[in-house]
Amino acid sequence: MKLKEKIIESLLFLSAAVTILTTVGIIWILGVQAVKFFKEVSFIDFITDTQWTPLFTEKHFGILPLVSGTLLTTFIAVMVALPIGLIVAIYLNEYAHKSFRKTIKPLLEILAAVPTVVYGYFALMVVTPFLQKFIPDMSAFNALSAGIVMGIMIMPLISSLSEDALYAVPRSLKEASYGMGSTRLQTSFKVMLPAASSGIIVSVILAISRAVGETMIVAIAAGQQPRLTANPLVPIETITTYIVQVSSGDVAHGTIEYNTIFAAGITLFVFTFLLNNISYWLKKRYQEKYE
Amino acid sequence: MSNADWNRLKDNVFKYVGIACTFVGLLMLAIFLIDILIKGVGRLDWQFLSSLPSRMASKAGILPALAGTMWIMVVTAVIAIPLGVSAGIYLEEYGKKSRFASILEININNLAGVPSIIYGLLGVEIFSRVMGLGGSLLAGSLTLALLILPVIIVSTREAIRAVPKTIREGSFALGATKWQTIQHQILPASAGGILTGVILALSRAIGETAPLIVIGALAYVAFVPTTPMDDFSVLPIQIFNWVSRPQKEFHVNAAAAIIVLLVVTFLMNGIAVYLRNRWQKKVKW
Repeated sequence: MKLKEKIIESLLFLSAAVTILTTVGIIWILGVQAVKFFKEVSFIDFITDTQWTPLFTEKHFGILPLVSGTLLTTFIAVMVALPIGLIVAIYLNEYAHKSFRKTIKPLLEILAAVPTVVYGYFALMVVTPFLQKFIPDMSAFNALSAGIVMGIMIMPLISSLSEDALYAVPRSLKEASYGMGSTRLQTSFKVMLPAASSGIIVSVILAISRAVGETMIVAIAAGQQPRLTANPLVPIETITTYIVQVSSGDVAHGTIEYNTIFAAGITLFVFTFLLNNISYWLKKRYQEKYE
Repeated sequence: MSNADWNRLKDNVFKYVGIACTFVGLLMLAIFLIDILIKGVGRLDWQFLSSLPSRMASKAGILPALAGTMWIMVVTAVIAIPLGVSAGIYLEEYGKKSRFASILEININNLAGVPSIIYGLLGVEIFSRVMGLGGSLLAGSLTLALLILPVIIVSTREAIRAVPKTIREGSFALGATKWQTIQHQILPASAGGILTGVILALSRAIGETAPLIVIGALAYVAFVPTTPMDDFSVLPIQIFNWVSRPQKEFHVNAAAAIIVLLVVTFLMNGIAVYLRNRWQKKVKW
């Protein structure tokens, strides 16, 4: 009996250890491939060259155009998702009826359940033609449509996590504010938002991290032309799109051209890893504050 | 207008801004669904569901992609459910206070934030190249299993945590061992919650595109896979392929394939929500 218990416990332990192996595997593979890559390409060139053309005859390995593409689409997405998401969170927390809140939250979650390839189609086939009516010189592939649609996708993440943060603010603060004769608007912006600020920041960081790693929307709608620009109307390329482009083309495994996807991958991993850890650290700190 | 009136007015205006913002996302979703239905529903017939892909848009179908998606769902479930549920049980019941458990927890939290395409890079090296699985269904399923593992672990833990202490103590008092308690009390009591999490995780897996493209899943597959070692395509990759073509006829095909993908996704989410509600209602501790 005792033996059986021990065996089961070790099996369960091994399952849990798979998650550690996954992390080790990711870091190891990205690390090994990156070392191979940087034997052939200097690290200084990688972070300072302003052109990314590994698939051309005249090769340049500057990651900056891909990073700028990623940051541009992410910035647009956050500009869309942050105001809307925050207003929704405040509205649901302070204004909306309890039953309305209960129905609307699962509905908003549908937005997060739609596969991203579907959002990509939406950006390319619906949003871009619509925007072109107002901005005639906009390209068929551009950062703006992709960013806007990505913003709609990550909006529920911000609204839901921010609402949780607002909900966690002690009731006494809210009641004190009402007791002073404040309106709901004043209470929301002058008392609740500052009190929940760290939780809201966490939600925004997680949303940024999601946008940085998002692939299919930008692969379909933002183009495949690495370009160091802040112009949202022209085709660009993000880190994730580049990985998809090389993987779906016929570049032979093991070549320097192919290994560029690991160099791009490790750049992406470093970005999201930092963002996730900052948010985790903030979350732990702010949980302690209220408990 | 006095200051107080002015503040009250602002307060009311914000209320309508709030309602507008709440519905803006849903409105976009509605516009999009209607657009997709108008474009795609005419293309949706038995021929479309049962044909192989083709150079000619009007003859092309989604059979291999649809079969691939079903295969991926089943094989991923077979791999990810036992691993995820076991890991969840371990974290919640066994290693709760150990230092290793807290490392595990931070690690799982981190993994949940790793972009899906990075899992693709892991899969193409480990499963496709080192283990020699190439662009097979098994390589794809293993990759997606690792991707959804954190989701299953987290929901298993939450479901187990919702089981009240009294049940556990009652079982121990009757002389049951730890595993007997888990097997006969904890797991049956938390099965609804675990199942909900598993279905949501699987619905995420079948919507994934990027990691499967990276491990080498094909855009053009002219056969229905019969074993896990076969090459494959899935619906999202088929959609991506059709969207990327310049011809309008293929965009219509993409819209029709999106309808199929959304029906499957929403169906799974619906089942998960239904189970969650039923489970919450039935079990009142």
